[in-house]
Amino acid sequence: MSNVVALDHLFDARRLWRGQPQARPPSRQPTGFPLLDAALPSGGWPEAALSEVLLPLDGIGELTLLWPTLARLTHASGLVALIAPPYLPFPAAWANAGVRLDRLQVVRAEPRDAPWAAEQCLRSAACAAVLCWPQQPDDRTLRRLQLAAEAGQCLGLAMRPASAAAHASPAALRLMLETNPARLRVLKCRGGNPPAQPLSWPLPAGPSPAPIPDSPSEAVPDRA
Amino acid sequence: MLWACILLPQLALDGVLRRHATPDEPLVLVDGPLQRRMLRAVNAAAKAAGLRAGLPLPTAQAICARFAAVEHDPADTARWHDFLAAWAYRYGAQVSRQMPASLLVEVEASFRLFGQWPRMEAMMREELVALGFRHRIALAPNPWAARALAGVHDGLAITHDAPLRQALGQLPVERAGLPPEAATSLRRMGLRKLAQIYALPRAALARRVGTDTLDQLDRLAGTLATPLDCYQPPDHFQARIEFNYEVGATGQLLFPLRRMTGDLAAYLAGRDGGVQRFVLKLEHERGAATEVPVGLLAPERDPAMLFELARGRLDPVQLAAPVRALQLIARELPPFVPSGRDLFDVRPQQAVPWEQLRERLRARLGDAAVHGLSIHADHRPERAWRDHGDSAEGPPLPRPGWLLPQPIPLRERSPRILAGPERIESGWWDGDVRRDYYVIETAAGQRAWAYCPVGEREGFMLHGWFA
Repeated sequence: MSNVVALDHLFDARRLWRGQPQARPPSRQPTGFPLLDAALPSGGWPEAALSEVLLPLDGIGELTLLWPTLARLTHASGLVALIAPPYLPFPAAWANAGVRLDRLQVVRAEPRDAPWAAEQCLRSAACAAVLCWPQQPDDRTLRRLQLAAEAGQCLGLAMRPASAAAHASPAALRLMLETNPARLRVLKCRGGNPPAQPLSWPLPAGPSPAPIPDSPSEAVPDRA
Repeated sequence: MLWACILLPQLALDGVLRRHATPDEPLVLVDGPLQRRMLRAVNAAAKAAGLRAGLPLPTAQAICARFAAVEHDPADTARWHDFLAAWAYRYGAQVSRQMPASLLVEVEASFRLFGQWPRMEAMMREELVALGFRHRIALAPNPWAARALAGVHDGLAITHDAPLRQALGQLPVERAGLPPEAATSLRRMGLRKLAQIYALPRAALARRVGTDTLDQLDRLAGTLATPLDCYQPPDHFQARIEFNYEVGATGQLLFPLRRMTGDLAAYLAGRDGGVQRFVLKLEHERGAATEVPVGLLAPERDPAMLFELARGRLDPVQLAAPVRALQLIARELPPFVPSGRDLFDVRPQQAVPWEQLRERLRARLGDAAVHGLSIHADHRPERAWRDHGDSAEGPPLPRPGWLLPQPIPLRERSPRILAGPERIESGWWDGDVRRDYYVIETAAGQRAWAYCPVGEREGFMLHGWFA
């Protein structure tokens, strides 16, 4: 028993110190889904950082996940840039989801130029959020996007295929949407351990973050 | 108005020397017909070896065994003249390169910006030395007098009429820019200095030497104003260096590249612009030139930075063939925004307003690359949007977030229909559309917006995703 040393003595002798969990300021970028916010250590999107949404397929709810955030940002007069989206954003649906169309900008770019355009938009601090669809980015490209998001104090959102989950990424937050069953999994979140259990999808929407005068609330589609 | 004349006595030679790898070795410029080659200009080392301008080439070869002979190229000299005019443009709004081998700059208007003349002159000289051009500078109240005084003095600054008359009076007749035959005949009359000529009665003088001479004398004295052709800076930069040997490795291109980026920076400072994109063209003996584009995050004009960036892009290039000429082309020269900021401004360092960012994106991606979105009042989905203008009222019906640019056949064996049909029938006037739209769930869990011909339930065409 002589080997057993009481922790108190070590603390008193200052040979050991207790790591204090640093209280992070809560994020000012809630996702619009209270359950998801609760699962994330900062209570929302990581500010001024790149977040990834991994998708096995298109059309399984990636916009439903982002629309509340985009609606909140555009109603605060922030500019949202879509860099080389894979399809045409259908304005009627985006408006129904509460996104202000006049604060939305679409940038068409070849796959070669898209990372450059995304980096420019992130770094410029002119946009509140930048959505991009990097095609087979290497680690350097993602790191550049992450640094640009930090430099421009901008919310960067990258949609990537689910196969990217196997590789490491410099993104501060990685979410993965799964189908059959539809679930939302947090793969990585800076500042805490990702929750072990996936969230069931679709998530119940939170209270409307901003009054949306143009579209009645029942018109907000609740689709997966 | 005060005019500075920058006389470039060795413009052609300096233009050659400054991109020569070994300017300290004897070098001469030659011109003239093939059977009678003459030395036109010699550098310091060649002069030390006993060569001088005006010697026939065979004589020069007999005097000195080894020297480099470069063909004199008037077009090349004109290019350097243009380049220096672009450089001088930063010192004054009125720059003229009308007179050969000299630049005239109206500087008085710039004194408040650059400080008084001695300071400005020192700046000019420092930069000209850095650029590698020998020069003489004189200041006078009118351009013609400045040009004539720069021919005999260096560093003379005259700001008032009385000292100007005195200085002009001491000027030798043959240096006053008079027509050569008039100067010769005046000299033969025993008139050596301008003061003697100004003392003569005008009418008699005009009869003897003609009105051209009289006009020039009046211009020198400032009593006759003749407008000068002012220089207009071009809106793009282009420089080319041709090698008289083959360059096999990119490392050997660095010396000319440093000169070129330095010239680009000097040109940009002159027009208060920056460069965000430029192209290095490596020309080969045959075959297409290798193009190396260099792009920057923000417009810049710092020579060291431009060189480092260009070098970074040039290093990994594998040369397919030896390089015969190097060209630098910069077509887009956006305004330069220095990174100086307000003391209490906490904006990120490279922040640019959206307008500027949009221009930057359009410059690289194409004019139509950046657009907005708006709802257009049309029932047909492919026509229900516009890339500009104000939004109309959208339909309160389920619409997918993603629309496919072209409908494609839905590859789904047993589609599960969640909602529909919604019939869209419109456009008899331009492109008739008659479709039944359904919301379909695929086996993989996607929600699709697909249509089929009216009344049928097969042959689904995928038109969007409810994402």
